[in-house]
Amino acid sequence: MTPAVRLSRAVVLLGRFPALAGADLLVERGEIVHLSGPNGAGKSTLLRACAGLLPVVEGEAEVLGHDLRRERRRLRRSVGLLGHASFLYDELTVLDNLRFAVRAAGAPTSTVEPALARLGLDGRLADVAVARLSAGQRRRTSLAVLVARQPELWLLDEPHAGLDAAGRDLVDDLVRGAAAEGATVLFASHELDRASALAGRQLTVIGGQVHDTQPFASPPATAPSPAFTSAP
Amino acid sequence: MLLLGDDALLLLRDAALIAGKDLRVELRSRVTINQVAPFAVLVLVLFAFALEPDRGLLTRAAAGLFWLAVTFSALLAIQRSFAIESADGARDGLRLSGLDPAGIFLGKAAAVAVELLALEGLLGVGVVVLYDADLQGATLLLATCLAATAGLAAAGTVYGVLAAGVRVRETLLPLLLLPIVAPVVLAATRASEAALGQAATDGWPWVRLLGVFAVIYVAVGALAFGPLLEDA
Repeated sequence: MTPAVRLSRAVVLLGRFPALAGADLLVERGEIVHLSGPNGAGKSTLLRACAGLLPVVEGEAEVLGHDLRRERRRLRRSVGLLGHASFLYDELTVLDNLRFAVRAAGAPTSTVEPALARLGLDGRLADVAVARLSAGQRRRTSLAVLVARQPELWLLDEPHAGLDAAGRDLVDDLVRGAAAEGATVLFASHELDRASALAGRQLTVIGGQVHDTQPFASPPATAPSPAFTSAP
Repeated sequence: MLLLGDDALLLLRDAALIAGKDLRVELRSRVTINQVAPFAVLVLVLFAFALEPDRGLLTRAAAGLFWLAVTFSALLAIQRSFAIESADGARDGLRLSGLDPAGIFLGKAAAVAVELLALEGLLGVGVVVLYDADLQGATLLLATCLAATAGLAAAGTVYGVLAAGVRVRETLLPLLLLPIVAPVVLAATRASEAALGQAATDGWPWVRLLGVFAVIYVAVGALAFGPLLEDA
């Protein structure tokens, strides 16, 4: 089986700026991998590129067996991205948004109700327009879309942001559950304590390159060297 | 349905999904009902005020004024169609959905066309009441409305996504679209004049011209919408 993610010297441009500057990355299927790194290092760009939203202009890049330079659109139905934006329609209700996303992805609509219940959005909240939700409830709705779509690859950008303590625990449970069912999870988070308990492996993104990382408790004293990382 | 292949059925399914979503957003937000429709009626009323001293001129110009009001309303409807995709990353969500871009184009154009047809019904009543127009060829007028609306919606959706990626899209869209749809306004006006008994010419050749325009822009949109959406 092909790896979930395989990047080799991948370059992604934002305008003329190389947000990914020769990134190497290997993530095996079923792994939970944490991406750390300072703001502007390229974590979000890496996740968006893996989702097929940004073109890889140089190097090799394959996600779930799809070449990111040629088959980005085919990949997208198999990938779920939780980004800084909610990707939701404000005028539609929580239920409408989920139904639309699930139908668009070609997933069975029977997953919608359980996903709403899992995220605590069932009952009255399901019929509320997204525009009237709190930031945390919007985040839960975006997560519910992911749960209902059942993607093979979960790409989560700061998944704990904007959630209360119960919500953060729920995110951790969802990630573990997804991995237990065979999905691969790649997430960026500044919450190192949670990430260390959740991830099987941590990588650091610096200057648009992916590096092997020292254990969570002792961050590298010097700049880490580039590495073509692989699962243990 | 048996004549359609699986790809065509999937395309139609994607188009129906997008059209349903866009129309549901419009029904919930009521922008078309509360803003675009009053704007269109206001345009008709202002034309009536401007030409009131010459009632005969107003009646003779009814067809042209009707299609000008429709064209201005189409600009608003198209801008609205892409504004709902620009909020909170919805356009990225649309790209991530994996829907066929040609299906997205057909769905968005269909939703705009439905809104325009409803507006044309309203404006038709306005033209009869305010301009003393006398309908003599209902079939011709219906065919004119259908063909012209398809052309306006298809061309508008192509140029709407083209303008969607730039910050000055509100002012750019009219500059791009109005010269392109000038033949539609001309042909629809001539055909409508024939339907209203104001011209002794045959209106059907103009309807055929409208049909050709619509077919060309549906084909162009189905092919070009994907790359345009990626760049937006």
